[in-house]
This record gives sequence, C-alpha cells and structure tokens, in this order.
Amino acid sequence: MLDATRTPPRLPCAPGVGYKPQHFSDLRAAPGPIGWLEVHAENYMGDGGRPHAQLRALRDDFAISVHGVGLSIGGEGPLDKDHLDRLKSLMTWLEPASFSEHLAWSTHGTEFLDDLLPLPYTEATLARVASHIDQVQDVLGRQMLLENPSSYLAFADSTMSETDFLSELVQRTGCGLLLDVNNVFISATNLNYTPEGYLDAYPIHAVGEIHVGGHDADADDAGAPLLIDSHGRATADPVWALLDHALAATGSAPVLVEWDNDVPHWATLRAEAERAAHALATATAP
Amino acid sequence: MPADQTQFRTALLDPTLPVPVGLTDGAGQPTTKRFAVYRNNVTVALTEALKTAFPVLVSLLGRDSFDQLARLFVRTHPPTSPLMMHYGAHMPAFLSDFPPLSHIKYLSDVARLELALRQSYHAADMDPFDASRLGRLDADRIMASTLTLAPATILIPSVWPLFDIWRYNTQSGAPKPRAMAQPVLITRAEFDPEPHPLTPAQAAWLTKIMDGATLVAAQDSAMAVDPGFDLSALLTLLIQNNAIANFTTPKD
Repeated sequence: MLDATRTPPRLPCAPGVGYKPQHFSDLRAAPGPIGWLEVHAENYMGDGGRPHAQLRALRDDFAISVHGVGLSIGGEGPLDKDHLDRLKSLMTWLEPASFSEHLAWSTHGTEFLDDLLPLPYTEATLARVASHIDQVQDVLGRQMLLENPSSYLAFADSTMSETDFLSELVQRTGCGLLLDVNNVFISATNLNYTPEGYLDAYPIHAVGEIHVGGHDADADDAGAPLLIDSHGRATADPVWALLDHALAATGSAPVLVEWDNDVPHWATLRAEAERAAHALATATAP
Repeated sequence: MPADQTQFRTALLDPTLPVPVGLTDGAGQPTTKRFAVYRNNVTVALTEALKTAFPVLVSLLGRDSFDQLARLFVRTHPPTSPLMMHYGAHMPAFLSDFPPLSHIKYLSDVARLELALRQSYHAADMDPFDASRLGRLDADRIMASTLTLAPATILIPSVWPLFDIWRYNTQSGAPKPRAMAQPVLITRAEFDPEPHPLTPAQAAWLTKIMDGATLVAAQDSAMAVDPGFDLSALLTLLIQNNAIANFTTPKD
C-alpha cells in the first residue's frame, strides 16, 4: 500500500539535466536555469566513494530524480528482488523527489542486456507490467513514473496502441508517466504515425515529467527514415516543437534535457536547458 | 507463434540467426535493419562498457584487437547484473583460457588490476584509523594485534612487473617495465584509487593481514620470503593512504 500520510517532495516545474560527473564543478558554479538533476539509479548502487559524495553535495542545491535503467519492468520473468532492494536502499538514503523507469525489458534470466528492448502491447503484457509496477510502488512506498519507449519496430500480435496501453497501466496501478517527446518523435517517424496524434491520444493528465533529447537519422531496408535514440547531440527542432505541443496540454512541468553520449561542455548543455526554460515560460505565459 | 523474449535475446546476441518472427515495421517491409538497431545497441553498449573498464588492455592490445576480443566476450559472458560497474569480472579467466592471447601471460593480472581499481572506486567509505594510538602501545602489544583494512584497499598478487606495465600504459614518459615480480596494492586515500608497487615480501605480509593474522604472524610470512623485510615502509604507506580502518589489540 502507498503511504498517503507522507507527501513526497516534488520535482520543480523547471528545466533539469541528466547529471554527468564531469559537470560537477561547472554546474554548481553556474547552474543557469537548472532546478533539478536526473541520475541513473544503477550508477549510484556502489557502496560509497565519489559517486555518493557528489550526490550528497548536489542534493543540497538541486531536487534529484532517480531514473532506473535496469529494473526490466517489461521482462517476462519476475523482477530481480536483489535489484529492487538496492533501489530501495538508494531511495531511502537519497530521498529523491521522483523515481522513474522504462516501459521496456533489459534482463533475461540472469543476463542483463544493457538496452531498452521492445514489448508487444497485449493483454498478457499489460497484466505482467501492471503487476511489476504494483510491486515496485509497494516496495518503494511511492508512485513511480513510467517512460514511453523509442521504437524501431512493432509486434504483429499487438492488440492495442501504445497510448491505450499506457492509459490502462495508469488506471490499474496509479503510476504516473514520464513523457519523452523525443521518443514520441522517433517512434512516430519509424512506425509511420503522427507525433501530434500520439500526444492527443496520450493520457496527458498523468504526466509528472517530460524528457527531450537528441537523436540520429538512418534508413531502414526499404530506404524509409529510421531515427535512432542516441542521446548524443542537441535536441532537434521538431522535438522542441513537440515539447511546445505537450506543454500546451500539461501546463508547466519538469522538463529534462538528456545528453548521455559525446557529452558536451557544460555551456552547451546549459544552453539546451535555457531553451527548455524558454519553452516553459512561453507555455505558462498568461 | 510470435517471438518470445528468449528468442528475441538469442537473435540479439547472434547476428548469424534470422530476425525473430512476428516483428513488423508497420508497412509490411522487412525488419532486418530495424532489428539490427537493437543488435547494435546491445553490442556497442557492452563493448563500450568493457573499453571504459579496461583502458590498459585496450592500450596493450590495440583498439581493433580489443574490439574483436570484446565482441567475443560479450556473447559468451553477457552481464549478470544491471550494475555495469561490475561488468567484466570474468575477463581475467577469459584471457587466460583464450588461445590467441594465452601466450601473453600477464594480461590476466592487468585485467585483475583494472577490475580492482573500479571496485576500489565504488567501495564503502571508512573513517581512517587514528595512527597516534600506536604511540601509546608497547611493541609487543602492537605485534600481537590484527589490522582491519579499509574496503577500498585491494591487493593484486603478481609474478609480473604489474605496476610498471600499468604505469607504462597510463603515464606518458614512464619507464619501460623491468623484469621482476611486482604485486600491486590499491589504496584510496579519499576518492581516487591509487596503485602502489610492492615487493613479494610486502605482498606476503599483506596477504596474512587480510586473512586476519596478527602482525607477528605476518612478519614471519614476510621474512620467509625476504629475511631483510622491513615493516616500517609498508606501514607508513598504509597509514598515509588511509588504508587502515582499525587496529585491534589483544584483550588482556
């Protein structure tokens, strides 16, 4: 059962960035519009040392969002209890403002494949993912946010749309959603639907956080555009436009800039955050 | 029958297998390149993790050879935990059983050293032992004591010039490795693990101490290796690098 007597801290409706250790000093000296940071849970599951020391220092100045990449919530097998316990320990000492994970699988048996792998949208998947989300929320004693994936292919046996699948998960589990508009743009391009149509069908009331980030362009076997979720460059203009479209529906929200590969100098990442701040200011202007 | 995650996983790690059935691009076209995105993501993520974990192996073997080795390693030893900070624990054993490289006998020790540096980096923090306590004890009581080392303190035994090999491949202008047995001790004074070269007698002393033996028993082990063993240099190194967590004197 979720503990309703305790109000957890919330992420501010401001820009955030994915935290990279190389930015530690620059970020603290010149944070710009940054109100919060996202950290990947698994990078802080060691026993101590610099990673823990940096987090303890950063949480004095910034709200923290813990973003898991290893729970494998869509996995066919049971959740890894040891991993869930490690997550609980991290959440207990760090007391972050938010926890989020992905609609994907990454573990098979005892193997961890270090990628976010796709799921068919069927009743069986829905029941399994809902029960895994229930388990996570029970163990952590708080609501989690679930992120929509970037898709390169679909499953012939899917019986519902991704937006219907997410709506149903919100209904059954009470989880919130992390809306990644870069992923929406990638999936819509790759699977040939309109990203605006996706957003219009998406359960926007459940959004607790929005992600933007960069992608690469490739082509599939037939020469059709195939966008790759690389997080290795600036956010593309159509993704910023999609952020505006989403913010028009959500109102103000915490917006995160993701940049995980070929990580730039702090000034470049901060400029991206300033663009997010501008989008937030525009969306909430009277 | 659509592909389950077992079939998906098998095809991910073996590019010679066909794309699993039941996957679609939404327009009835082949999905080979689309499935290849996942194949590529997994292989690149895991090989990049190995490159980050084993920079000295990359330097010793060259990038192309290391890439080939890594692609083989990720297929036979995918991670067994989402904690990628521990990925590669099987690398020393893999290298010693890998015929094309088994003639380079020190590679396994280099892999052990690189694993230990990461393990030390993430190890628990520990308040260092107050060395001034030693001044209040007589020599017999000190020698009857045991030591607890900080969790970030790790010994890598080696009959190869392991420290010299590490330094030659990480510091420009470092001297070439000399032919000698050179075990390595890793300490972490604050946040940065640091390797130190040891003599075989010093390694023998530390091995006993890490097993919980008293200083006098450790002294006997070290002197069996080198009758001229002098504890003071090693004790100074341990104290200066905050490697001693506790000093337990015998109860009277």
